Amino acid sequence: MPLLEIENLVVTFDTAAGSLRAVDGISLSVDAGEVLAIVGESGSGKSVSMLAVMGLLPWTATVKADRMAFEGRDILNLSAAERRRIVGKDIAMIFQEPIASLNPCFTVGFQIEEALKQHMGLDRKARRKRAIELFAAVGIPDPEDRLGHFPHQMSGGQCQRVMIAIAIACNPKLLIADEPTTALDVTIQKQILDLLMKLQAEQGMGMIMITHNMGVVAETADRVIVQYKGRKMEEAGVLALFETPEHPYTQALLSALPENATGDRLPTVSDFAFEDTPYKGGRA
Amino acid sequence: MSETVLETRGIVRDYHLSGGLFGQGRTIHAVKDVSLKVEKGKTLAIVGESGCGKSTLARIITMIDAPTAGELFIDGEKVDITANRLSAEMRRKVQIVFQNPYGSLNPRQKIGDVLMDPLVINSDVPASERRDRAMAMLTKVGLQPEHFNRYPHMFSGGQRQRIAIARALMLNPRLLVLDEPVSALDLSVQAQVLNLLADLQDEFGLTYVFISHDLSVVRYIADDVMVMYFGEAVEYGTRDKVFSDPQHEYTRTLFAATPRADVESIRKRLERRAA
Repeated sequence: MPLLEIENLVVTFDTAAGSLRAVDGISLSVDAGEVLAIVGESGSGKSVSMLAVMGLLPWTATVKADRMAFEGRDILNLSAAERRRIVGKDIAMIFQEPIASLNPCFTVGFQIEEALKQHMGLDRKARRKRAIELFAAVGIPDPEDRLGHFPHQMSGGQCQRVMIAIAIACNPKLLIADEPTTALDVTIQKQILDLLMKLQAEQGMGMIMITHNMGVVAETADRVIVQYKGRKMEEAGVLALFETPEHPYTQALLSALPENATGDRLPTVSDFAFEDTPYKGGRA
Repeated sequence: MSETVLETRGIVRDYHLSGGLFGQGRTIHAVKDVSLKVEKGKTLAIVGESGCGKSTLARIITMIDAPTAGELFIDGEKVDITANRLSAEMRRKVQIVFQNPYGSLNPRQKIGDVLMDPLVINSDVPASERRDRAMAMLTKVGLQPEHFNRYPHMFSGGQRQRIAIARALMLNPRLLVLDEPVSALDLSVQAQVLNLLADLQDEFGLTYVFISHDLSVVRYIADDVMVMYFGEAVEYGTRDKVFSDPQHEYTRTLFAATPRADVESIRKRLERRAA
């Protein structure tokens, strides 16, 4: 049984100019211990579909799906209270802007202990002990002292480590990482990706990596879904996708990478006609 | 013979922080002794992480900020903005394009005015001609004449970056400083903007100082590469030399950290993972 299973997810937003389909019939599934990457440009609906899973969309959004299940249990029609018991514990999420996603008014120690208190029911002493363990696990030096720091006293890379520590605090079964390294420098990006992959392998978590960076996909994913304008273009194993991209949009994305440049001008995505090419089904 | 458009000798920039009422003041050395030389029609890429001083250097080259020590030459002419006021001609020679096209355009200014403003301030082009020039520039950067009367919020990120580039080109500069011009853009739009920059360079013989942290973009666009680390230029040479034979430890770290998207590396990673 897959960890997360989504069939034909449609998300529409009510706007002043009528309704807007941000996600248009996406199906996907993730197994335990598997890393699925979702790639697409801005506006392709990759974040929105995951926010729908987390139940974090604003009230203007309407979420419909034939099936949306976590460990075989329906999560589409949960009450808010039931959802809160799963979200943050069994499904955790990391966001793009580490500094913006932490609360500036509380110490990082308070914020990680809050998650432990909410979901694990540990007492004060045990929470502190666990928080120190977690900080050490994500490679924050001098963890005991760091618990008393505020987010503004830490760098972007350190804040992202804190976010990861909070996300893995309750041993989630599925970790959703939404552009976890986009705001970071390349050397820090490498450290954070290495850390995520290490934690993923150690804990056997399922992971969904949302990104627009083909390099990040190549370095992390087992399987890849390419999305464009809310629709799935291609789904394939990472090697197959890079070796023999089948859909013209995937081909366009890969040839627009500067490192694949052959002539003195780059081919652009608009050079490829892809909008009418339908999704052909997944490959290994 | 090639002409040198930009030269700096031993540029230093320090920022002094006052320590408040009781504390000790501190000095931050943002740029330490940077010398470089760019010839006409060439592209120098400056690479480094946030806080390494690359944007400070860009501000000095653009004559927005004065260096603490060192000399700056534009077209062989020595520039010192602290001693004498810059002439309009000097202002015309160097223009800059910023990273974030959402922040660098005034939301209440129409695109036409965005493009005509530099002419009003730094040239004596008559009003009748300003409009024609702005229209011509719009088509040159791949936009339409009907965009003239629109506001920035009506454009996508890639289109806004085209507008920012068009504004910089209105005064026919010799040197264009591009501070992370594609890092806020999607992959496909990034390719379009990079192609546009290459086209414009060919057409006008422009010289670029291209600031970036993305090594794959740098490798594609640059003739010369400078790597900065904590304010120092730790590596400086032709693109091929820097990429094939990096001398400094930090450059090697940077290369090793860049994600690889080739099939061979993916295969190796999957093997490691299976083991």
